[in-house]
Amino acid sequence: MATLNINGKDMVVDADPATPLLWALRDTLGLSGTKFGCGAGLCGACTVHVDGVAVRSCTAPLSSVAGKKITTIEAVAADQVGQAVQDAWVAHDVAQCGYCQSGQIMSATALLKTNRKPSDADIDAAMAGNICRCGTYARVRSAIKAAASTLA
Amino acid sequence: MNFDPTLAALANQMPKGLLSIMEREQSAPKTVAHGGLPRRSFLKIGVASGFALGAFPLTAGAQAGAAAAAPVALKPFEQPSAFVRIDTDGTVTVTVNRLKFGQGVFTALPMILAEELDADWSQVRAIHGDADPAYVDPMFGMHLTGGSGSVKRSYMQYRELGARARAMLLAAAAQQWGGEPDSLRTEAGKVLRSDGKSISYGELAEAAMKMPVPTKVALKDPKNFTLIGKATTRLDAKAKSSGVQAFGIDVRLPGMLTAVVAHPPVFGARLKSVNDVAAKRVKGVKAVLRMPVDRGGEGVAVVAEGYWAAKQGRDALKLEWDTAAADKPDSAALLARYSEMAKTTGLVRFKADVSKLAKAPKRISAEYLFPYLAHAPMEPLNCTVQLTGQGADARANLWLGTQMPGFDGMAAAKVLGLPPQSVKVNVQMAGGGFGRRAVPTADYVVEACTVARQARAAGLDGPVRTLWSREDDIKGGYYRPMHVHRAEIGFDASGKVLAWDHVIVGQSITAGTPFEAFMIKDGIDSTAVEGMREPYDVPMRLSVHHPKVNVPVLWWRSVGSTHTAFVMETLIDEIARATKQDPVAYRLQLMGDQHPRHKAALQLAVDQSGYGKRTLPKGQAWGVAVHESFDTVVAYVVEASVSKGSPTLHAVTAGVHCNLAVNPKTIEAQVQGAALMGLGTCLPGAAITFKDGLVEQGNFGDYTVARIGDMPSIAVHIVPSADPPTGMGEPGLPPLAPAFANAIARLTGKTPRALPFKLA
Repeated sequence: MATLNINGKDMVVDADPATPLLWALRDTLGLSGTKFGCGAGLCGACTVHVDGVAVRSCTAPLSSVAGKKITTIEAVAADQVGQAVQDAWVAHDVAQCGYCQSGQIMSATALLKTNRKPSDADIDAAMAGNICRCGTYARVRSAIKAAASTLA
Repeated sequence: MNFDPTLAALANQMPKGLLSIMEREQSAPKTVAHGGLPRRSFLKIGVASGFALGAFPLTAGAQAGAAAAAPVALKPFEQPSAFVRIDTDGTVTVTVNRLKFGQGVFTALPMILAEELDADWSQVRAIHGDADPAYVDPMFGMHLTGGSGSVKRSYMQYRELGARARAMLLAAAAQQWGGEPDSLRTEAGKVLRSDGKSISYGELAEAAMKMPVPTKVALKDPKNFTLIGKATTRLDAKAKSSGVQAFGIDVRLPGMLTAVVAHPPVFGARLKSVNDVAAKRVKGVKAVLRMPVDRGGEGVAVVAEGYWAAKQGRDALKLEWDTAAADKPDSAALLARYSEMAKTTGLVRFKADVSKLAKAPKRISAEYLFPYLAHAPMEPLNCTVQLTGQGADARANLWLGTQMPGFDGMAAAKVLGLPPQSVKVNVQMAGGGFGRRAVPTADYVVEACTVARQARAAGLDGPVRTLWSREDDIKGGYYRPMHVHRAEIGFDASGKVLAWDHVIVGQSITAGTPFEAFMIKDGIDSTAVEGMREPYDVPMRLSVHHPKVNVPVLWWRSVGSTHTAFVMETLIDEIARATKQDPVAYRLQLMGDQHPRHKAALQLAVDQSGYGKRTLPKGQAWGVAVHESFDTVVAYVVEASVSKGSPTLHAVTAGVHCNLAVNPKTIEAQVQGAALMGLGTCLPGAAITFKDGLVEQGNFGDYTVARIGDMPSIAVHIVPSADPPTGMGEPGLPPLAPAFANAIARLTGKTPRALPFKLA
């Protein structure tokens, strides 16, 4: 049994503390916007924010996030930076299949929260852990830059 | 997937398996389509109860409350009723007869229909079609998403559907106002009269339903298109940027359990012993089921509440495998075997006199290696199965992203022992596919159905979602087959090819599948040779060996062109270098007065890149390649460098000839994405290899795919054309790796002959 603060609400999850946050979100709480891609922290599809920091939820046990503020894709737009990123994602038509985009948006938002003027290298470094098999990276870069400029 | 689009009479050659799928679909009970009601009933309700539902399907069939009233000449897939619904508020809902998995068809097909309908684009929505016969590929007569053919093969279909619906709206307006439909025009969701009066499609929808469906309609002159050709943002861009878009993996049903299956370590191996004591102790585990799996093997499914418990259960299994009888592939041994085979002439595809080789003044002798590749779509494979009823009432419902729901439904029926019409496939949005969701054996569907059947037999009545881990996916087979090519080329100092002897060695993709009947000719799988010799008129003898290996293989984005384009375009470039000719000029000269689309695409890429006019920074070189696949030509001019044995691709300029560009915004995305996937095949670690029967890779840590840092700048330019559009899902992939290789060859003097690149 763990109490998690997700998107501003306390939620009780009846699961082993070793269970990765991803599966509590998806299978227990029905928050399926966070995606399963690799189960090993290698692809970034499951990225969420824990106290504002991008975390791979597939390798984050519940015990490591209890009592912390967890934000998922479902609530990312409640925040000014997240909203700007999401708007830029739509305006730049980033998604193809769209499966990895929750994770891309969470990583991009975490980047812009700490770095309002990211360089090309900053963007590539921050997004290096997010795989997109459709190859949307060019538009990921341009959307992040556009979001940064609207926040400036 | 690849199909020869020129086989117009294909339906007549359809193998029995496909015919039975079609028969099944013809006789299938009408399935759920709109708002949870059977389509036909919904239409009737729409007519009978008027505004009660607040939605009025514009329908052919419903004009007399029955499909029989539609003109006999129109087939189900020509009926506007099945494809477009106009609500009273003017919302136009277009049903898309393809799987949406990133290629943009959920926007492109509605654009095409809306163009002829003169709909207001801001009111257009899209939904997936199901396994209803209306949604077969109009050319293949089966449910199919593949061969980069969604727009290509449904372009005229969606135009005609839009035009028919528009004609019915015009007829309704004419009746309402009095007068002839010819005196009226349409624009942005309205019918307009010459005096400026207008009436919206929403207001007309109900009356339009009562109009006869015209069998013949006039289509617009493409020069009058306002929507087709306009860079248009995807209809699903918002849903896919907010976590709202659901995929197959997101299906949640009451009481649903999740299964994870332990697969044999060697394809087809069986179990010696199963110790499931610890697995059954894992909290949430409901059952451990020993079961048959793909290729005659055995496996063990752990069924549990949620994926994590199921996976913990699987990890706790103690399994002993009997691999003695299984053929154990080994990459080093396969390479040696393939290399030997490549030295002998196989089944001959192209004949040519190769006797001039011996006396040719210049020679190239080359062996190429292409490894197995996993598709690794971001959404892991999954299929949810719900079994209900007994005896004659037994039914199966499947939810999954699939490129071939008809095949999957047939395969499910067979393994479940149900009549085909008792199986319903609910097509879900897919998180990528690249061919992995178009499996002739329906491997992961059959597995999920086996799990569901055995779970039910074990007393678990709820629906079961079988979900693969990434390791299951990477190790699970159905790879792009490994290939070895061998070329002996003789040419003169002017670059004239005197003789070219070429051998391809690789497993057949379609042998033993229902596709075999029309894709294998004279023992040669057309997917292994597509793209060879094109677009150059060279005297090539091409022969093929199809060894049998215990590795399941499958089409992988752009199929045969993943290797044939590389071989053709690097060898042609090498001849140009050996004869000190410009690689662009040499190609254009070889094409002569043929291949205008190749030339136009190549010239566009050359012009836009500044090739030959701009000096690159020191240490960089140009690379060029052009290739046609799925009727679309893509040419790349790239800029690359090599530093300490490590190549980098800096910039790519694409010239694309896909005839009419329906949605340039999607085309740009498809080319950029396909180019990156092509680049991915060049990167260290982009290979599936075997050692003593075991796959050596397991996840994205050791199976390399391209990441953001690998992405070069890619500028996409499209050759203007008004001809009917050709495919875009795959053609951007094949020419990227050879263009990169050609740049590397210019820098190092040596053509990379193996993918991924090893520049030692």
